[in-house]
This record gives sequence, structure tokens and C-alpha cells, in this order.
Amino acid sequence: MEKLVQTLKEEIIEALNLVEMVPEDINEEAPLFVDGLGLDSIDALELTVLLEKKYGIKIKTAEEGKKILYSVKSMADCIIAGGKAWD
Amino acid sequence: MKIFINGQSAISPQETFTGNSLPDNPVNYSANGFIKCIEPSVREYIDPMTARRMSRIIRFGVCSAIQCLRNADAGNPGAIITGTGLGCLDDTEKFLRTMHNNEEKLLNPTPFIQSTHNTLSSAIAIIIGCNSYNSTYVHRGGSFENALTDAILLLRENSAENVLVGGVDELTDTSFNITSRLGFWKREPVESLRLLDYKGRGSLAGEGMTFFLLSNVKNERSFAVTEMPELFHKPADAAASEEKIRSFISRTCQEGSIDLVLMGLNGDISNDEIYHNLSGRLFSGIPRAYYKHLCGEYDTSSAFAMFIAAEIIRNQTVPRVMQLDGGPAGKIRNVLIYNHQRNNIHSLMLLSGC
Amino acid sequence: MSVAVRVFVTGIGIISSIGFNCEETEDSLKSGKTGIGTMKNLVSVHSGEIPVAEVPASNEELEDLARIRKTGYSSRTTLLGIIAAGEALRCSGLDEDIGSFRTGLISATTVGGMDRSEKFFKSYIQHKSGGRLRYIVTHDCGDSTAAIADTFGIRDHVSTISTACSSSANAILTGARLIKGGLLDRVIAGGTDALSLFTLNGFNSLMILDKKGCRPFDEDRNGLTLGEGSAFIVMESETVTARIGKKLLCEVSGYGNACDAYHQTASSPEGGGAYLSMKQALHCSGLTPDMIDYINAHGTGTKNNDLSEGRAIERLFGYLPVKFSSTKAFTGHTLGAAGAVEAVLGIMAIRNGWIYPNPGFARQMSELRITPEKKLIRNTRIRNLMSNSFGFGGNNTSLIFSEC
Repeated sequence: MEKLVQTLKEEIIEALNLVEMVPEDINEEAPLFVDGLGLDSIDALELTVLLEKKYGIKIKTAEEGKKILYSVKSMADCIIAGGKAWD
Repeated sequence: MKIFINGQSAISPQETFTGNSLPDNPVNYSANGFIKCIEPSVREYIDPMTARRMSRIIRFGVCSAIQCLRNADAGNPGAIITGTGLGCLDDTEKFLRTMHNNEEKLLNPTPFIQSTHNTLSSAIAIIIGCNSYNSTYVHRGGSFENALTDAILLLRENSAENVLVGGVDELTDTSFNITSRLGFWKREPVESLRLLDYKGRGSLAGEGMTFFLLSNVKNERSFAVTEMPELFHKPADAAASEEKIRSFISRTCQEGSIDLVLMGLNGDISNDEIYHNLSGRLFSGIPRAYYKHLCGEYDTSSAFAMFIAAEIIRNQTVPRVMQLDGGPAGKIRNVLIYNHQRNNIHSLMLLSGC
Repeated sequence: MSVAVRVFVTGIGIISSIGFNCEETEDSLKSGKTGIGTMKNLVSVHSGEIPVAEVPASNEELEDLARIRKTGYSSRTTLLGIIAAGEALRCSGLDEDIGSFRTGLISATTVGGMDRSEKFFKSYIQHKSGGRLRYIVTHDCGDSTAAIADTFGIRDHVSTISTACSSSANAILTGARLIKGGLLDRVIAGGTDALSLFTLNGFNSLMILDKKGCRPFDEDRNGLTLGEGSAFIVMESETVTARIGKKLLCEVSGYGNACDAYHQTASSPEGGGAYLSMKQALHCSGLTPDMIDYINAHGTGTKNNDLSEGRAIERLFGYLPVKFSSTKAFTGHTLGAAGAVEAVLGIMAIRNGWIYPNPGFARQMSELRITPEKKLIRNTRIRNLMSNSFGFGGNNTSLIFSEC
């Protein structure tokens, strides 16, 4: 889990070109969007591509996306659970 | 109504962005067919979170636009208008490449979003928070002149008091490679400042991001006046071009009052012949200058020419390296800019002191 | 703003998935036939899954319709443009002789000759010397405009605008202003865009293509449907139309352009830019909201657009029983051509006394109180019509056409 979280952080930084950031800057429990990291709708799409490309996880609806992409932790949980969103 | 230039800014292959706005000691490149812009310090203009999605043309374009507004000491403009011949090439290529390689699957949306031609005009509006008129012109070698025409029209209508208008184009490896195959550029290495010495076909590819803050109100920053530009398309012959140029001159200034002609000579003999043929008949006795050895050839290079012409008026000097046959002897009041793209689109602009 | 000179429309031309010309287009609108269906001309891995609104003709057939020499060298965008511009000129009686008045062409497109560039690129990415150069020289947006100008001998003013989905609305706006400003007497303005893999995959990567076909202003809407086409209008100053006694189709009475300045792709939730462009168009025309009898909305069918546009309409028009609809479910979203396509549909609405239905609408949006028209209304008088076009990056433009 810890390793996955670390990898995810690195992948997010690369995919979203967060040039100023290192993995330690991202709190895995904090929300990625708006209040937390300040990501937006385009980032959500980029992360959706990332999850499918690297982990074979297909996000089908916007509602599901909101849950899975809530934080680094929720993304990791989803990967471990084999693609299911955790409530 | 007079249209004043209250500020300007140019990112170019010269040090125009870092204080040396009228290059009297310009950078001389040993160029393999192209020259590229000197990079600005992007972080002084855009925060990294905002800049992270932007390709080079957008980053540099935003820097140039913001610096222009600072130079003019203007608040938010009443309109933002850009001209670009080819738009955001890098992102367009990136998306096309991935689309083919991934067989239309799992595509990152960012390059598509950033590929549209209006990306820069709207990025500037978003960054400075400007809800005003916003448009983008994309007509080859006339893109900047189209934008300038719209800007002046808005000011004449009193729809705006200040308009931010610019010309931007980027050179990418792919676009250079493709246009090389089309025979646009010199195949042998050249010294950029000696561009006109190499006889033969082909020019030197370039790029640039140039912005102006125009106003219908004169203030302490105003340093030049621009007339409505004119484009003419596919003239039947040299006589037709001559007629168009004569009528532009008589519309915009007094007979015999042009102090300098700034021409778009680019080192390609078939291109330059057109200027030389007209010079004898139209511009005899008027000092001539050229500029594409400084910025290279690109669709919106006339925006760079306008920048240089305005600096010449402000500084009352023509750098030796730009002179074709000696500089003007007296005061420089009126500068005519004449440029054409492969004899298809001809552009005329006139700048004056204010 | 100088509004002393009046600008009239004297010609219209259109080609889209619902008709090769004005007459066919009117027939489709009357009978409620939409152009959305399965991909036939475009070859994509998404063909079975994503519907589009294609012009049902190959490029070769389009060359015939364009009445140009068959070379196979023109982009589809160019062919569509020549067909629509040609019809507009014929409609205005200018096809034989463009005449002595100062005449300009302002065309709009978002991807120009992309349908050919992507063919070039397929070979080019294999090898840098690959790809036929003929396929790439039509890439830039100015190419289709230059071809239209050459075909009809327009030389005085030729320009191209690209402001995403509002491109051709801005071409019409700029044309009207150039006439009012005294720079030109007559302008042929409009836009053209062909379907391409680039735009199809682009919008698909944004996950805003509705697999069931677009359903503008419907509670369950799930994105847009891409279309292709072209439309042009001929605008002339009143001095010209009075001198040669021309039949007038309508007047271009107002326009507004504003930037949402909110986000590169998303509209602001309250539709700030949309509100401003509509308000400016009203101001420009000197009309009050109650004098607008019909709004042809931008109404793409995306969650985001329809909500922000709907809210902006409610804010500007109060809760007047304003009649509005989106015709995107007829023609698909024709991107750079959409503003002109909808302007031509709007002019037809004024001429025929029609208000169009909004195909795809079934369920009222919970956030809105206004409801789009469900059925074609006939024999109604449209004094003034507003046409909205909103683009990526918040490039918003509204036009007003008035009966005359």
C-alpha cells in the first residue's frame, strides 16, 4: 500500500506536470481537487487516462470518478480492490 | 481618430524582451535553416500551476502580452486580439501523433484542449481576468494585419479605449522539417545577419510573440501612431502592386513624407526580387531597411516589423545592421512597412511619431 | 458604437447533414429530420459507438457539387465552404459578377484541412520523409478561405477567424463591423469545418460525446454530437442594397462578443460570459429582452454548457416566456461552422415564421425554469432573433437578426 501510494504520487506529478512538487508535498488523504491540491476537470480526465493506462481501471461515470479520484488514498484503494470504488 | 501605441513587447530571436529593444548589436546566429526565440523567464509572469499545461507558444505569448501591458502601464484592456498563422503547432502534433500511435484510444485531453488557435487569446483573458472582446485571426501572412485591423476598428467605434493586439507563431521541429521539404529554407548553414548575401532560393525560418497596447487616447506613454493597415491579395502583376501601394501611401500620409521603408526581404531571390523591382519605381530616394535577418521568416513577422518601426521612431535611429542604403538624414516621422508572403498576400502598414 | 450604417443580409447558403442546400435544409427542419447517425465517410475505431452528423457525400461527390475542377487536392473543409459560399452568392445574385463594390470574404474554421493533415501524419510519424506533401499544404486555416476567395474572385479583403465554436459567429460580427466602419460595402461571411479524427478523438478524450446522440437542455443530457458543414451569408450596406434595389432577407441588427475568462474548457457555472455577450448584442441593437421573439441557443448538450447558458438566459430575460431551442440535434455541432449554420437557420426562421423544436429534449432540467420548444411552431412572427455561439476558452458571441 505504502509503495503504491508513493508510486501514484510520482505518477500524478508526472502526468499533470506539477513541476514544483515532490511526492512529500501531497497528503494522500487530502482531496486532490479544488480545496486540496487545486486540480480541475482537465486533471480529472488526465488521471482517468492514467488509471486506465497503468492499472487497467476504467471509470465509467462521473459519480464513480468523483469517488475514485477523491485523493491518492482513494485511488490506491480502488487499485487494490481491483477497480471498485470504496465508499 | 489617431491610434496610439502606448506599449509594446517582443519575444524574438533577438534580445528585444530583455531591454535591448532596438538591436544595434544583434545576435548573429550560425543557423541551419532556422533561428528561435530567446526564452523569457516564464516564472516572472505565470505561476507554475497555471503554466504547467501550456506549450511554448502559449507560455511565451502570455509573457509577452503581460509585459506589454506593464510597459503601457495599462489596466485590463477593452479587447484582446491575436493573429497567428499556424497556431499551437506543438500540441496539434502531439495529439495527432498519440492518436495514430494509440489507435485512437486512451488519449490525453490536454494537447487537444491547448491545440485550438484561440488558446492564447483566451489564456491571456483568463490570467488577467478580462471579460472584454476576444478574438483570433488565422489567415497566413495576413493574420497579424487582420488582428490589427480589428483592433483599430474597435478603437474607432469607441467600443474600447485600449486594445491588446499581437502576432504569434512558433517554430517546431516538425513544422521546420515539413516546410524544409517544401523548399522554404536555405539548405546550407548561414550566418543570420548576412542573410541577404546568400543568393539563391530559400529563406531562414523564425518565430516570435509580439504584442502592442493600442489606444485612442494619448498619454505620457504614447510614442507612435499607427494607421489602418492594408492587405492586398494575389496582384495580377507588378503594376497592380504599385497601384495598391501608391493608393495606400496617399491615403495615410502626405506625398513625399515617408522617411523610411522597412521591407520584408528574406534572402530568397524570387521573394526579394519583388521588393527590388518596386523600390526603383516607388521608393527612389527614400532610405530602406530590412528586418527578417533578425527574426526569421514566419506568418506574423510583420508584427515584429511594426515593433521595430515603432522603436526606430522612438529612438530616432536606424541600426546600421538594418540599413539597406544608409539611414535617413533627418527626423524620422513616417515609416512604411511593406511585406509580402510568396506574392500571395501583400501587407502595408504605416507608423508615425506622435 | 457606430450604428449609422445599416447592414442587410441578401444571400444565404448552407450545407450540413440535413441538406446540401437551403431548400433541402428547410424540408428537413419542417419534417423534423435530424442528421445524426452512424459514421459512413469518416473511418474511425469509434464508428459503431459514437454517432455523428455527417454530410452524406464523398469528397469526390462534393467536388461535383462545388462545381470545381476535379483534382482530389482540396480538403473536405474547402469543398464544403465553396458549396455554401457559392449558394449564398447565387442567392444574392452575385455568382456571375462579384461587382464593383468593395467586397470581402471572412471565413471561419477550427481545424482547416485537418482531414488531410491526419492522413499525412500517419505516414510522417513512420518516417520524416514520409507523407505526401499535397496532404499537408492544406493544413492551415487560411487554406480553405483562400480557395473560396479564388473560386469567386474576392480580392479586397480576405481573412479567417478561429475562436473555437464561436468562430463563424465572429466572422459575421466582424463582417458587419467592417461594413459599418466604412471599410467594405459587402462581406461574404461564414464558416466551414469537416469532421476529422482529430476533433472526434479530441472531444472523446474530454468525455463529452453523447453516445446516444446529443440531447440539448435535457436533464439526462450527456454531451454533444459532432457534425460537419458550412454556411455563409452575404451582407451588404444599405447604400449598396438601395442603389441596386436588392431583395433583403433580414437585417444584422446587433452583436456582442465577450470572454467568460473562467477556464480553458469549462463555462462559468453562472454563464457570466454568455450573459455579457447577449447583453451587449441587445445593447448594440437598441432592443429590450421582450422584443426578442426567439433565441437559437448554443445548446451543445454538454452538462456544463446548457446549464450555464440556461442560467444566463434566465438572468437576462428574467422569467419572460422566452421561446428558445437548440438546433444542434438536427445538424450536430459543426464547430467553426456552427455560428453561421445557426445564423442561416435563424434567417430561415424569420423568413418562414418558424420556431424550431429542440430534438432530444424529454425531461426538464432541474436547475432551470425555462423550457425549450418541443414542436415546430409555424406562422408566427419573429421580429428579432438572437443566435448564441460559445467557444472553448470562453469566446462567446451573440448575434441578433431582425425582420425587414
